[in-house]
Amino acid sequence: MFKKILIANRGEIAVRVIRACHEMGIEAVAVYSEVDRASLHVRKADEAYPIGAAAASESYLNIPKIIDVAERSGAQAIHPGYGFLSENAKFARACAEAGVKFIGPTASAMDAMGSKTRARQAMERAGVPFVPGTSRGLESYEQAEQVAARIGYPVMLKAAAGGGGKGMRLVHHPQDLRSSLEGARSEAERSFGDSEVYIEKAIINPRHIEMQVLADERGHTVYLGERECSIQRRHQKVVEEAPSPIVDADMRRRMGEVAVRVAQAAGYTNAGTVEFLVDQEKNFYFLEMNTRLQVEHPVTELITGLDLVHLQIRIAAGEPLPFTQDEVNIRGHAIECRIYAEDPDNNYFPSPGKITLLLAPSGPGIRRDSGMYEGWMVPMDYDPLLAKLIGYGTDREQAISRLTRALNEYFVGGIKTNISLFRRILRDPDFRAGNLHTGFLDQMLKRKEAIPAEPGVDANAPEIAAIAAGMFTVLGAAAATAGERTSPDSGGEAAAGSKSNWKAAAHREAIR
Amino acid sequence: MTYDVAIDGKQYRLELNRVEGLWRCRLDGREIEVDAVLARPNVLSLRLGNKAYEVKCERVAQDLHLWVGSARFAAEVRDPRSLRGRSRALDDQGPKKLTAPMPGRVVRILAHQGVQVEAGAGVLVVEAMKMQNEIKSPKQGTIQKILVAEGAAVNAGDVLAIVE
Repeated sequence: MFKKILIANRGEIAVRVIRACHEMGIEAVAVYSEVDRASLHVRKADEAYPIGAAAASESYLNIPKIIDVAERSGAQAIHPGYGFLSENAKFARACAEAGVKFIGPTASAMDAMGSKTRARQAMERAGVPFVPGTSRGLESYEQAEQVAARIGYPVMLKAAAGGGGKGMRLVHHPQDLRSSLEGARSEAERSFGDSEVYIEKAIINPRHIEMQVLADERGHTVYLGERECSIQRRHQKVVEEAPSPIVDADMRRRMGEVAVRVAQAAGYTNAGTVEFLVDQEKNFYFLEMNTRLQVEHPVTELITGLDLVHLQIRIAAGEPLPFTQDEVNIRGHAIECRIYAEDPDNNYFPSPGKITLLLAPSGPGIRRDSGMYEGWMVPMDYDPLLAKLIGYGTDREQAISRLTRALNEYFVGGIKTNISLFRRILRDPDFRAGNLHTGFLDQMLKRKEAIPAEPGVDANAPEIAAIAAGMFTVLGAAAATAGERTSPDSGGEAAAGSKSNWKAAAHREAIR
Repeated sequence: MTYDVAIDGKQYRLELNRVEGLWRCRLDGREIEVDAVLARPNVLSLRLGNKAYEVKCERVAQDLHLWVGSARFAAEVRDPRSLRGRSRALDDQGPKKLTAPMPGRVVRILAHQGVQVEAGAGVLVVEAMKMQNEIKSPKQGTIQKILVAEGAAVNAGDVLAIVE
C-alpha cells in the first residue's frame, strides 16, 4: 500500500480524499494556489505545497508543477479528484513517466473514451445501445424519410457541427420533415459554415441515469447500481439520488451489464461512470463514460455500504476487488444536494465572499462533505460548489424528510447559497412522486407564481425579527461594556457592520 | 432603551428594559414577555412566552438581515435619540454610492463619468466565478464619479461609482 498520496485538487473533494487517506494510514499531500492558502484542504493535509497563482492554468491545471511536488514530497500516487486534471490523459501519462501512480484509469482508456467515433465503434461491437439514428450526415431528403420511418417519430435533426441548440429541429409528423430538414440545414450553414445534418430518435423528457462501475487491474469489473441525476440546471447536476425511482432489479441488472461491457471494451480500470439517457418507456441509451470519481459518488456509497475512494486507492495499489458482483447489495435510499455559493434572487449568479456564520446540520441519516468553514473567504476563482449534503433513509420518503430537516438546520451567513432551492425541489409534488426528467428544474423555476408558501414560517416572524434586532443590539453592547468579547471574531464583524446605524457595533469599535 | 426597527420596510417601535434579570419588552406599545440568550455571536435563542425561536443575524457590508427559521428579513435598527440615525433617514436624495455586492473583477465600465443614467441602468460589470454581473444605478441621475478602473479587483462593499 502507498505511504503517501498527493491530492491534485481543492475544495470538498480534496478534503474527502484526505480523509480517506487518513482512514487508511496514508499521509496526504495537498497543493494549493495563492488564494487557497486558508482553504480547508490545506488545514487537513499532512504536507502542503504552494503551486502558483489563482488561475487554474497556473496551479491546479499545471502538470509540471504538480509532478514536481509529487517528486519533492515523495508521494507514490496522485488522486486527481474530479474536474481539473482528472480526465486528462496527458496528465495520466506524465504521472506514469515520473513513476507516480495515477489513481484512475490508464491514459489509453481515457483516450478510447475521448474519441467519439472510435468509442462508438467499439461499443457497437459490444452490443451497447445508442439512440437510434444515423451517426453520419444525411445525403438526401429521401434518406431522411427512410431513416425516420424506420426509427419512428418524433425525430430530432441535429447539425453535425452543432451546439447550443443551433441547427436543431424536433419533427413530430412526416409531413413536416422536408421543411424542417431545409431549416436545419440552412441554420447549420449560417451558424457553423457546415450544412451537414444527421437524424436521431427524439427522446422526449429524458431522464439522466448513470451506472457506477469499478474495475481492478486484474480483469474484474463490477457495477454498483445507478444514480438518477435528472435534476439539472445549465447542464449542471443539482440533485442526485440512488437508487433511481424508476429502476427495478431487472433494469438495474441490464443497465449494469451494459456498463460493464462499456468499461471492458475500453480496457477500463478504477472507478468510472457510464451515463445513459432513459426514455419514457424505460429504454436506455449510452451517452458517454466519465473516467473519474463523480461529485455524486456519496449516494452510491450510502446505499452499497462501500467506500469508493478507499477502493480506488486499493485498486491503484494493485489489489483485487474484495467482493464479487453477487455480493453487491443495495439498501435504503440516498439523495444529495449540491450546495453552491450562488444567489437564488439573482438568477443563481455566483456569490463568493466571507462566511460570517455557519450552522451545519447533523443527526440521523445525514452526511455532509464540505470544504467550507466559518470565517473562510470563498474565493471567486473556482467552481462555486461549497459542500454536499446527503440524506439517507430506509426508503425514499425517509431520505427526503431527513434531508428537508437537515436543510432547515443548515445556515450559511455572509454569502448567498442555493439552500432554499432544495427545500423547494424536495416539496415539489412531481419530485415527491419521482416524476423526473432533465427539464424538470427549468420548468419548476418558471412556475414562479405558483410557488407553494414555505411551510413552517410563523405568521409572527416579522415581529420576532423586530424583537431580535433589538436584542442583538443590547446584548452585543452589554457584552462589550462588560469587557467581554463574545468571540475573537465579533470585534472584526462589528467593525464591518459599524457603517450602519447599528449603534452597539459602533460603540464597540470605539472602545477597542 | 428604545429603538425604531424596520423589518422589510415595516416600522416598529421597540422598548427593551432590564427588570430584575428579565427583559421587559414593548413592541408598538404591546407588552411581550421575552427571554433571550445570545447562544454565540449572531445566533440568538429567543423565548416568547414558552415558544422558542432561533434567530440568526447576518451582516454583509452595510446590509443587515435577520433569519427566523428559514425566513429572511431585511432589518434596520435606529436609536431615535441618535443624530446620526436621523440624518441617515434623509439621505435618499443626494448622491448614491454603487457598491460591489461580491468580491470580483471589474470587466467593463458601461456608463462613464458625466453620463446620464436611468434608474436600473447598468453602470459597471463585475465578474466573479466566471459569471458577469451588471451593477445597476439605484436612481436616475448623472454619473458623478467612477472610482475603479477596468480590470481592478474589488471586495464586497467597495464603492465603485457615485450617481448624483
